[in-house]
Amino acid sequence: MNGTRTPTAAPAARAPRTRRAVLKPQGVLLAVLLVAACVAPFQLVPFRVFQLTMVLVYAIAVLGLDLLVGRTGQISLGHGGFFAIGAYVAAVLLDRWDVPYPLTLPAALAVTFVLGFALGIPALRLRGLYLALVTMTIAIFLVPLLKRFESLTGGSMGLTLTKPDAPAWTGLAQDQWLYFCVLLVTGGATLAVAGLLRSRVGRALAAIRDNEAAAEVMGVRLSRYKTLAFAWSAMLAGAAGCVNTWVIAFVSPDSFTSTLSIMLLAGIVVGGLGSLYGPLLGGAFVFFMPTMSQGINQAAPGVISGLLIIVIMYVAPTGLAGLAGRASAARLARKK
Amino acid sequence: MADFIQQLVEGLGSGAIYASLALALVLIYQFTGIVNFAQGELAMFSTFIAWSFVQAGVPFWLALILTLAVSFLGGMAIERIVIRPVEGAPELTLVIVTLGLFILVNAAAGWIWSFLIKDFPSPFPESALHLGGVSLNYSTLGVLGVVAAVMGVLYALFRFTKIGLAMRAVASNPASARLSGVRVGRVLALGWGLAATVGAVSGVLVAPVLFLEPNMMGGVLVYAFAAATLGGFDSPLGAVVGGLVVGVAETLAGAYVGAIGSDLKIGVPLAIIIGVLLVRPQGLFGRAAVERA
Repeated sequence: MNGTRTPTAAPAARAPRTRRAVLKPQGVLLAVLLVAACVAPFQLVPFRVFQLTMVLVYAIAVLGLDLLVGRTGQISLGHGGFFAIGAYVAAVLLDRWDVPYPLTLPAALAVTFVLGFALGIPALRLRGLYLALVTMTIAIFLVPLLKRFESLTGGSMGLTLTKPDAPAWTGLAQDQWLYFCVLLVTGGATLAVAGLLRSRVGRALAAIRDNEAAAEVMGVRLSRYKTLAFAWSAMLAGAAGCVNTWVIAFVSPDSFTSTLSIMLLAGIVVGGLGSLYGPLLGGAFVFFMPTMSQGINQAAPGVISGLLIIVIMYVAPTGLAGLAGRASAARLARKK
Repeated sequence: MADFIQQLVEGLGSGAIYASLALALVLIYQFTGIVNFAQGELAMFSTFIAWSFVQAGVPFWLALILTLAVSFLGGMAIERIVIRPVEGAPELTLVIVTLGLFILVNAAAGWIWSFLIKDFPSPFPESALHLGGVSLNYSTLGVLGVVAAVMGVLYALFRFTKIGLAMRAVASNPASARLSGVRVGRVLALGWGLAATVGAVSGVLVAPVLFLEPNMMGGVLVYAFAAATLGGFDSPLGAVVGGLVVGVAETLAGAYVGAIGSDLKIGVPLAIIIGVLLVRPQGLFGRAAVERA
């Protein structure tokens, strides 16, 4: 009995030990981060606030991708596509029907969840490889598709919207208000994912990642959990797309090319697969790396992320966050 | 009717190009169980090398031979340097590494040769052969001829040479092959070299049509994936048949289905991939995998 349970039992058995030992520093770090996140927009110039907001936007998408790649061991090269769908759902609702913008979020969530579920069914019944193929093709196919339905999507020109203003009672500037809206969504998504991972479902996902055959033997319904993980993951990418529309107030097909999907994947690999802070670091990578390296050469972002991906897979498969985690684990081991 | 046959021949022409890239994918998959997402980019890089030779005044066919030689060595080097360290790692790791290679090679080509679109010379005459109401471009016929020749050489290599036998042994059972004295590591490198060479052929053939630029092979790769999925990832013959079918389906759908047109043609390989996965996941010529835990 014990033998067959190992894949799920192992993380569960490890959890209490790390929790007891690391709870304090981790809790402190989390509190510091939260305070910093709340104070930052009042201390920084609007452009920096905008940059932070964008990091949080990408962090949501990377969080979604991590749920699939880092926690369930499946791969998607099409999350840029779900990001685009979320962005377009919000944009079309705002542009066409003047829907109040908070309501665009549930709409974007619903649409991307359903699409993710529908796509997950054919692709996930099979090996992860095919999922990569199908998702990559979909992300590529989406761009001409968006251009085709011009009356709704604005074609290649895209849609230009107006940014939401902060309600008068808050006394916040527009950029600060947007920042807090996005922070709320990012925080909510992180809490939801953390809760999910701590539940029975999270253990099932980990079992699938570690050994599919063993997980199935233990009674984990592979197709069900894989499809659900894919749908949730797509939904988070859609949420990121939706808040992206709030912040940028502009969508066009060419801002969602297959490069975005690959950058998101690069983000989670660099940030750290299957870790708490990985998505945040990954979001920062997705936003800052291209803008900072573009000055060297137009091709520099590609060369840097390509090299980083390969090197990180060799030396630190758990990314930046994993390196920090390993360092603290080594310190703990030495103490004992 | 003549128009239909015309479209059919053109479909076969583009199908042959997809077939050669699909063949490169299948070669690597057979030896290493890796689907090389960077295959198209490697082909693009080889095509840029060929372009540089031609720019330097080397005659086309000599430039092609030099390019194939460089690609072969490059493919072997990549296997040694990039893939060997993660050999036997989980599929997820392998996919991510080949994706890293994809980004790296794409950007490196942009860095070296810039992202500007370049003309690539076609080795075949511009004119066409008229048969009945159908005009067959010499370039289409040339593409079909070159791809057929590549298939022939590969078949002969695998069927009649000692190296080919060793390669087949490694593909079917690496452990037993190693025990019988086959240098498995060397064969794997050889497989990557061959795949890079076959891919380079597809790049050189497609470049006069699509124009040469770093993102040239992105679309072709999707078609090649559809071809390999349709034919079965473990069947070289399937890759060829799959490539031709995908090429014809794409051309006919673009020409006769109004809703698809030329802009949404990329939906055809998507539909083929999803359809095959739902109905016959192992592909037409593939063997269904039975997994043992």
